[in-house]
Amino acid sequence: MRTLKFLLQKEFRQIFRDPSILRLIFMMPVIQLLILPWAADYEIKNVRLTVVDQDRSEYSRQLVNKITASGYFQLTGYSGSYKQSLNEINADEADLVLQIPPSFEKDLVKENEVKLFMALNAINGVKANLGGAYLRTIISDYNSSVRAEWLQLPRFNPEPTIEIASSNWFNPLMNYKYFMVPGILVILLTMIGANLAAINIVREKEIGTIEQINVTPVKKYHFILGKLIPFWIIGMVVLTIGLLISGLAYGIHPVGSYLTIYAFAALYLLAVLGLGLLISSFATTQQQAMLISFFVMMIFILMGGLYTSIDSMPEWAQWITRFNPVAYFIEVMRMVVLKGSGFADIRNHLLIMAAFAVSLNGLAVWSYRKRV
Amino acid sequence: MLAVKADNLVKNYGKKASAVKALKGISFEVQPGELFGIIGPDGSGKTSLFRILTTLLLADEGTASVDGFDVVKDFKQIRERVGYMPGKFSLYPDLSVAENLEFFATIFDTSIEENYDLIRDIYVQIEPFRDRKAGKLSGGMKQKLALSCALIHRPSVLFLDEPTTGVDSVSRKEFWAMLKTLQTKGISILVSTPYMDEAAQCDKVALLQDGNVLTINTPAEIVKNFDGKIYGFRAANMLHLLNELKGLNEVQSAYPSGIYHNAVMAEDRLPSVLSKLKMDHPLDLEQVELTPTIEDCFMALMK
Repeated sequence: MRTLKFLLQKEFRQIFRDPSILRLIFMMPVIQLLILPWAADYEIKNVRLTVVDQDRSEYSRQLVNKITASGYFQLTGYSGSYKQSLNEINADEADLVLQIPPSFEKDLVKENEVKLFMALNAINGVKANLGGAYLRTIISDYNSSVRAEWLQLPRFNPEPTIEIASSNWFNPLMNYKYFMVPGILVILLTMIGANLAAINIVREKEIGTIEQINVTPVKKYHFILGKLIPFWIIGMVVLTIGLLISGLAYGIHPVGSYLTIYAFAALYLLAVLGLGLLISSFATTQQQAMLISFFVMMIFILMGGLYTSIDSMPEWAQWITRFNPVAYFIEVMRMVVLKGSGFADIRNHLLIMAAFAVSLNGLAVWSYRKRV
Repeated sequence: MLAVKADNLVKNYGKKASAVKALKGISFEVQPGELFGIIGPDGSGKTSLFRILTTLLLADEGTASVDGFDVVKDFKQIRERVGYMPGKFSLYPDLSVAENLEFFATIFDTSIEENYDLIRDIYVQIEPFRDRKAGKLSGGMKQKLALSCALIHRPSVLFLDEPTTGVDSVSRKEFWAMLKTLQTKGISILVSTPYMDEAAQCDKVALLQDGNVLTINTPAEIVKNFDGKIYGFRAANMLHLLNELKGLNEVQSAYPSGIYHNAVMAEDRLPSVLSKLKMDHPLDLEQVELTPTIEDCFMALMK
């Protein structure tokens, strides 16, 4: 115990002596949490639309007005030639072309039916997809309002219609930030756990101090605990800062209890610290450690359900996410923060995370050798 | 009981076919209280040997013991009682002088006060800088701090891997004087160095080359066992002279040493050598008979 105390004392001395690391540790959550949630927003806005209006009628103008008034579209061109509009797409000045045929108004009034043409620039798939969907919704909306204007609907609809009214549970306003902030917090904790711990140990390898420690009677578990505990504490502090920021800046107050979050985070940090230790036992230079943890982190983040829903991934990818601790923590964070889940609801997550912590740390301890 | 005993140590790095043979069967013994030098050029296997003896590396073959403890089985006991100063400065550069010393004292479960008498002579020289970060010390100071840290737990055997490499000659002399003092306190010292002139400072030396021990003896015996004659030659065109000496049948080996080129001959063939050299250097050839130094002996052995 005495040895551990001195190892910890030394570790904290070194951490507090390096002001740039300390600044980074505390600036990172602040900056990331203040900037990222605003930028990482799925709602597509500013889709650049160019309209080929070959009708130039009252109705076509109404339609275009309705589209631009929605706020999602930016009218970049209004011409009479499809070719010209296509050129705009080629020059990447427009994302979407809407062609209104010459007989738009006439057909609409007379035939009761008209066809519109839509061309999407699918280089940015998300934008094309969502832009097209928005446009379709607006047009069908327009369609029904035109109908309502014309006919006096009979008291009872001749054909049965089904109308859907939806209500968004747990995040009624579909506020993106409520969804992103807890997830970003998880990434932050992961970075501190896996990266900092790994680089710290590899640094000792690089400057050779690990050899000096290895010839002393310091026990393996003392050394490893001496590395785990400081970063575990830093992780918990960062979590606290992160929760404070999400409360102050975004008004996100977990529906569930803070205790649940902290309890899960404590276990989670243990697991990612184990991962950091494991990385450090394979890497011999800080560059290697950085590269490995960057690689792992990319997979963790992109397959963690932060940006894309895990449920919409192909089955094999879903299997991979089951071995991704980040995915569990993101899910738990969202469950607790938005839905108010308690210990009983996240019991499985807790058990799985405990298994992660035990196996990653076990592997790390096993592969750390005092001699080669 | 021997301080260090190495028996036929073999260490290879890498896969079988392209393995680098660092040690090819090294055996030697160090008596308690002895100052034992391992002399060898870079790449001769000194560091591998030290890492095996300090339980950081496992030998492929052979056995070794330190203070009677086996380096494989009893590594725990060995770690309690050896001090190791690696060739590369490896203390915490972001901790101060005092903090480094204190840290190494505490992980050996002792304190600076308890063993201060052992390190006093060395530590007083760096004490004025006790609050300076170790990374900011000069080379000589770093080395003194490293030695203090290796000594702070009163080890019975001290391993110093190239402690004088990259240190100025005044500090080197000081350092050897410090080792002599430590020896009087009953610490066995194993020190490696690439500088042959330092061999004379040791009680006993082992000459290492390409993972083999060439000789083990006291410096005096090594000099005494030198058979042959050695002369120093100088002339205006030194480079030409050296090539000429190397080409002569009478000369076993020739190498530059100070202002002379030393030439070793199995028997005294000076007249015949002189007559041949005089042809090219008629005016300015000088020669002097030298008593062999330990460097000359090593040069002869390593040939």
